[in-house]
Amino acid sequence: MSARAFGRFVADARAAGRLVVQPRMGFGSPERMRAGLTATKRASATTVGTITLDSYTRLGDHGAAGRALAAGADLNGYPIVAHDTGTTGAMLAGIVDETFPVQVRHGSPAPELIFRRLCDLGLTASEGGPVSYCLPYGRVPLAESRRSWQRCCELLASARESGQEPHLETFGGCMLGQLCPPGLLVAVSLLEGMFFRQNGLRSVSLSYAQQVSQGQDEEALHALRRLAARFLPDVDWHVVLYAYMGVYPRTVAGAAALLAEAARLAVRAGAERLIVKTAAESARIPTITENVAALEHAAREAAAEGKGSEEVTETGIHAEALAIVEAVLGLDGDVGKAMEQAFHKGYLDIPYCLHPDNAGQASSYLDSDDRLQWRDTGRLPVAVPRHDSGGHLGAAELLDCLSRVRRRFDGFDQEPVEAPGAGAGWEVRR
Amino acid sequence: MQLLIEESGHEVRNLGPCVPDDLLVRTAVGTPTDLIVMSTVNGHGLTDGARVVRLLRGEPALRDVPIVIGGKLGVAGDSGPEGVQALLEAGFTAVFGDDEVDVALFGAYIDSVAARVSR
Repeated sequence: MSARAFGRFVADARAAGRLVVQPRMGFGSPERMRAGLTATKRASATTVGTITLDSYTRLGDHGAAGRALAAGADLNGYPIVAHDTGTTGAMLAGIVDETFPVQVRHGSPAPELIFRRLCDLGLTASEGGPVSYCLPYGRVPLAESRRSWQRCCELLASARESGQEPHLETFGGCMLGQLCPPGLLVAVSLLEGMFFRQNGLRSVSLSYAQQVSQGQDEEALHALRRLAARFLPDVDWHVVLYAYMGVYPRTVAGAAALLAEAARLAVRAGAERLIVKTAAESARIPTITENVAALEHAAREAAAEGKGSEEVTETGIHAEALAIVEAVLGLDGDVGKAMEQAFHKGYLDIPYCLHPDNAGQASSYLDSDDRLQWRDTGRLPVAVPRHDSGGHLGAAELLDCLSRVRRRFDGFDQEPVEAPGAGAGWEVRR
Repeated sequence: MQLLIEESGHEVRNLGPCVPDDLLVRTAVGTPTDLIVMSTVNGHGLTDGARVVRLLRGEPALRDVPIVIGGKLGVAGDSGPEGVQALLEAGFTAVFGDDEVDVALFGAYIDSVAARVSR
């Protein structure tokens, strides 16, 4: 396969003034996966392809993935380890080429088998990270994830010998998808990029997930670029924005307007690539057609937007991220070990994350201007600590923060739905 | 989910994400349990939920404990009456979707469990 390096493809698109758009897409069947990649390639947009893996494969339960395939059950992604190399090679034949790099996306805290399979298949672009694919989604200890990701970076970096520059994207700017204040998202994204670099990668991308306030997101993306220029001077890097990852609008118009906002934000703030979401997002895994519609919609919106000014209103995101990054890097010369110690010390602490290695002292909220704020900074090394003096955040307030984007984009503030009267017949068994 | 349940007066033992079957069974058998709640969003709930509830119901101590599941249950969205029925037949006491109405229904359900427990 003569795939052009992922990083080069994105750099060329940037030079041509085009935003690269990319779906989240994965199906259990090789035929459907191939159809999805073909449709992505043919879409009227500058696209890269995605193979999203299923959650059995993410958790290393390849036996369960194989049994689901044998039983004809629906999988939520492509089981790249359960399908043999020949099957996937045939699925990809003629798809990956000069004009169409493909990235494998998964969510695994211990992805050695996945990375080994990628290398066997000649695929050289993936994503994740020792923190961002460990804390939110699983129960593997952080130390184990760090060691595994270190081995995976080395494995992927060695694919350089095949002639292509391997590429790895950090998922660190997306921690839990919503309610993580931007300064911490930027810091984790950058630190994971530095981890990749320290373990042999020369081409990386840094992620950031769209939050609720456009002004805050623009400032965060500028901060991420400034820090990347400073801390990753000797590697190829770009910024990838994720369309909103939280509770998504249910209406077609609401979903389209939110994606348009993401595409325009990406262009204004200088992000090179956008991961889209579809109109089906709130309900289920999208079809191929829905994904293509989202890619083309995002590309049209991006083409209509101009690059924003280099000046943004500073509210302190850059300073907060820099303080966290410097404090973490000061803990150990090895970025992976430094991040691991930082979680033990609470220098990194992701709000609402239940993983045992997360301190769980920091918490956040969405203010009335839709900006993410710290409710409590716990032991984060920030210049202006905040400590929660009020009562605990209640379920209703948390649900309000989680669903504000849906309410805004669906065009109405829904009244809380009343429960049916006592004795309604939902209890069937007893 | 934890806050919602705590606010109606229960203690919650939150086992976190991606709970292995044996951990769930062991914990449920070893702890006095009024209710087991499973929350799922990855689209594998129809398959994984049915498997694990059969294991739980296989334990004599858990035969009559209410066990409920809710969220995005299948990869194709609305899992329909057949999907819900299959989960109920596998052993769930109740099945919820992921709508606002489901949050309200679930809240009311929790209150009914609280009433029964305190009787």
